[in-house]
Amino acid sequence: MIGNFAEAGADLELVGISKRFPGFTAIQELDLLIPAGSFFALLGPSGCGKTTTLRLVAGLEEPTTGKILIGGKDITNIKSYRRPVNTVFQSYALFPHMTILENVAFGLRRRKIPNAIELATEVLKLVELEHAANRKPSQLSGGQQQRVALARAVVNRPALLLLDEPLGALDLKLRRQMQLELKSIQSEVGLTFVHVTHDQEEAMTMADTIAVMNKGRIEQMGSPSELYDLPQTVFVANFLGQSNLFSGKVIENNANSFTVDVSGKAVKVPTKRAQRHSGSVTVGVRPEKLDMHLNKPKDAANLNILGPGVISDVSYTGVSSTYFVDVPGIGNMTVFAQNLEESENFGAGQQVWLSWVVDHTFGLADMPEDEGKFVRDDDTTSLAALELADLIEEIEEEM
Amino acid sequence: MKIKTSQLPLIIVSGLILIWMMIPIVYTIIFSFNESAKTNISWRGFTLDNWLKVCDNAEVCGAFINSITVAVVSTIIATALGTMIAVALVRYRFKFRSAVSLLLFMPMATPEVVLGAGLASQFFAAGVEKGLVTIIIAHTMFCISYVVVAVKARVASLDPALEEAGRDLYGSPQAVFWRITFPLLLPGIVAAALLSFALSFDDFIITNFNSGQVSTFPKFVYVAAARGVPAEANVIASGVFFVALILVLSVQIFGYFRRKKLAKVSA
Amino acid sequence: MAFAAFSTNAAPVEAAPKKRSWIAPFLLLPGLAYLSLFFLVPLIALLLTSFQATEFGPLGKEFVYAFQWENYVQAINEYMPHIGRSFFYSITATIFALLIGYPLAYLMGVTLRDFPMWKSLVLMLVIAPFFFSFLLRALAWKQLFADSGPVVGVLNMLGLFGPGDYLNGTDFSVIFGLTYTFIPFMTLPIYTSLDRLDIRYLEAAGDLYGKPATNFWKVTIPLSMPGIVSGTLLTFIPASGDYINASNMFLGSPSTAMIGNVIESNYLITQNFPIAAALSIALMAVILVAVSIYIRRSGTEDLL
Ligand SMILES: Nc1ncnc2c1ncn2[C@@H]1O[C@H](COP(=O)(O)OP(=O)(O)O)[C@@H](O)[C@H]1O
Ligand SMILES: [Mg+2]
Repeated sequence: MIGNFAEAGADLELVGISKRFPGFTAIQELDLLIPAGSFFALLGPSGCGKTTTLRLVAGLEEPTTGKILIGGKDITNIKSYRRPVNTVFQSYALFPHMTILENVAFGLRRRKIPNAIELATEVLKLVELEHAANRKPSQLSGGQQQRVALARAVVNRPALLLLDEPLGALDLKLRRQMQLELKSIQSEVGLTFVHVTHDQEEAMTMADTIAVMNKGRIEQMGSPSELYDLPQTVFVANFLGQSNLFSGKVIENNANSFTVDVSGKAVKVPTKRAQRHSGSVTVGVRPEKLDMHLNKPKDAANLNILGPGVISDVSYTGVSSTYFVDVPGIGNMTVFAQNLEESENFGAGQQVWLSWVVDHTFGLADMPEDEGKFVRDDDTTSLAALELADLIEEIEEEM
Repeated sequence: MKIKTSQLPLIIVSGLILIWMMIPIVYTIIFSFNESAKTNISWRGFTLDNWLKVCDNAEVCGAFINSITVAVVSTIIATALGTMIAVALVRYRFKFRSAVSLLLFMPMATPEVVLGAGLASQFFAAGVEKGLVTIIIAHTMFCISYVVVAVKARVASLDPALEEAGRDLYGSPQAVFWRITFPLLLPGIVAAALLSFALSFDDFIITNFNSGQVSTFPKFVYVAAARGVPAEANVIASGVFFVALILVLSVQIFGYFRRKKLAKVSA
Repeated sequence: MAFAAFSTNAAPVEAAPKKRSWIAPFLLLPGLAYLSLFFLVPLIALLLTSFQATEFGPLGKEFVYAFQWENYVQAINEYMPHIGRSFFYSITATIFALLIGYPLAYLMGVTLRDFPMWKSLVLMLVIAPFFFSFLLRALAWKQLFADSGPVVGVLNMLGLFGPGDYLNGTDFSVIFGLTYTFIPFMTLPIYTSLDRLDIRYLEAAGDLYGKPATNFWKVTIPLSMPGIVSGTLLTFIPASGDYINASNMFLGSPSTAMIGNVIESNYLITQNFPIAAALSIALMAVILVAVSIYIRRSGTEDLL
């Protein structure tokens, strides 16, 4: 495998992967199939196990259970330096004592590829850094270093390229620009990219497929529009964009839709857009799908109506405004509305009705947790538990 | 940027301290040019003879060569052993960690007389003849801990991601060590080696207990102190000092210009 | 530059969790085996020697393994003045070295921060003595302090010294020599910790209405504590066992003999091994106890 370039990207398959660190389970029973040639994003909050997943694939960490296959071949027990995988590290990890060119040629030279310097120079052209070939990494700006890190990995034409928050250290403008560049480089070289990020916007703009990860598990996987349009869990609904969520009991089942009783108000949900169809369920709608009305709109079969509520706060964001509407019995709802002429009517304190098309409602598989969107893992009990685990281990070591 | 007047007293005091620190060095260097007779205590006139004919005094020169031999050999061994320990301490988990730290700290917390007497007792009990080898053994022993301290800081500032990147880029363990780890640790290793060389070269107390009939430069000075130290000893000490000074200066100047160049390029 | 080793500016990277590996013992074993063989075993040998009994055989004086703890009583009784003097000298010298070394370290670490050329120059001067024979430096002081030398001459001129007064071989000259010898050992660790000190702490303290003196005592000193502790240990420990400065041939006289001188003469001259060994063990025990109390009290255990 080593010694020749990958013809094209290869499939990556993780089967039943889990990873336990002393006193902490970072990955739990992870199954994942990433098709060849795709731009795949692994999205999740910090600490959810994204880096660990990449390190397992790169061979820098060994899985506690499970198998890793690349192009159908089991590589679980293959050493890191024999895997057809390259990584763009979160910190770039450029070798400070080598020039840019030496950095880029490092992998080729280790594989004894004859025209290493030529190939490296070519890739430096691709990232528009051939003029910096003889500089040291410390003489480059953050964005340039990032491109060197990319070039150093891409030049090896790995079957799989892993990018660990490669844009995390760049400022916003540069990040946007690099997102486009990365995307075009990927289509140019045709490799499989696995891009890790905690920035949902970045994942949405760049990836063909996104896997949303939470607490060491994949919550949902799909194209950006699928995930946004039809989130399946509370976590996804809140992490990828914003959502208005309601919980209640299913009171009526029709052929194509069912009705949920939310504090006395009926909310209709299309059956095929819901994960659960009976008992207590959580349903939701995206803020930009909501319409505000000064007067109660006419009831219609395809419309969900809530209200009246009172606008508690408005924040102006240029093209649109965000309204917070307090609906008695339901709570605060968020509405995004374009700034048109009529919006002048909607000031704080104004009484309004809210409506949306039933087809925009989605039904989730789980219920919101009582407090907060994230479970805190830095409270005293879990810290104490970690400390104890450390202590036990230390004691074991001393014996 | 300007120095503030409130800082002047500190600067003056420090200047005086530095001058005071240099007095015996300058004194000794000056007396290396003294037209000395049997002793080298009073000034009798300027001459270069002592410098030109150092090795006419075979005793000084022999002692000096012994000292260099001992310092080179024990520096190499201590640097190798100490560097390995430093890497292990920073990078790995292992049993008996605190016992290991204690074993490394103890030689630095033990006065040299005790180290010297202890080794001498052991050599005596084992019936080992004292000589160059026993001096080297002794010096290596007390240098290891200093090497560990010096290299540890460097290992701790080495980002493990660099080595991982090396492995990720098809570097075998050997390739990663020789092309990444070692070059990046080198400044720390060199500093540790220099320190260990200086400690070994100038050591008297431990040497005195474990050298038998073999003379080293400090031992020669100690013995000669009773009857008058010849000017050739001043020459050797001054020569070593100048060589070290030139080495340090050139490293500093080289570093200064490199930093300047770097600043220019990145500006 | 050798002591640049003590002042790596690079902050340690965020410690990656350490791993277990077969490499660890492979890396540790040679060095630790060496230290065990040539440091630990000799200490045990020394301990055994310190309990040896003297016998007079056909070949003259012989030492046999025994449990003669009276050696300690005898050694301590006989050499109590030397032991006391050793600690008096070394503690006094450590205090002086601290008073002299701290300003130097502060100059390099704080005042000259924005003047790298000057800073390197001062650092080089502080390190310079390491590259110059310690014995010859001590001898130079001896000659400068000689009765016909410049220092005594000046003191005579000023009328501070009478005809019978002298410098060499006094408590003063020995403490002076010890202080001088260990200044770099004191200065460098303090410099390292001051160099890492974030100036913004001082600015913050100033911002919070601290007077410069208050800031120094409440902020600078505590933050440089690890350096102070290493510096004082690197001075006190070797000073307490030193026998060059206090020896007759250098800055001392029989009346300034320290424990190191006694150990040397018992071991190398009169070959009274058990007494020399008992003194060594006693010295080491006192130092270990003192050092561990000191480290505990100054709250810098992780120095080890
Ligand atoms: N070597 C390790 N030992 C113990 N815990 C670790 C180790 N590496 C990572 N973790 C823990 O595993 C979790 C996931 O880490 P990581 O994969 O780095 O998250 P992410 O990249 O998504 O921010 C974190 O809680 C982290 O503290
Ligand atoms: Mg991460």
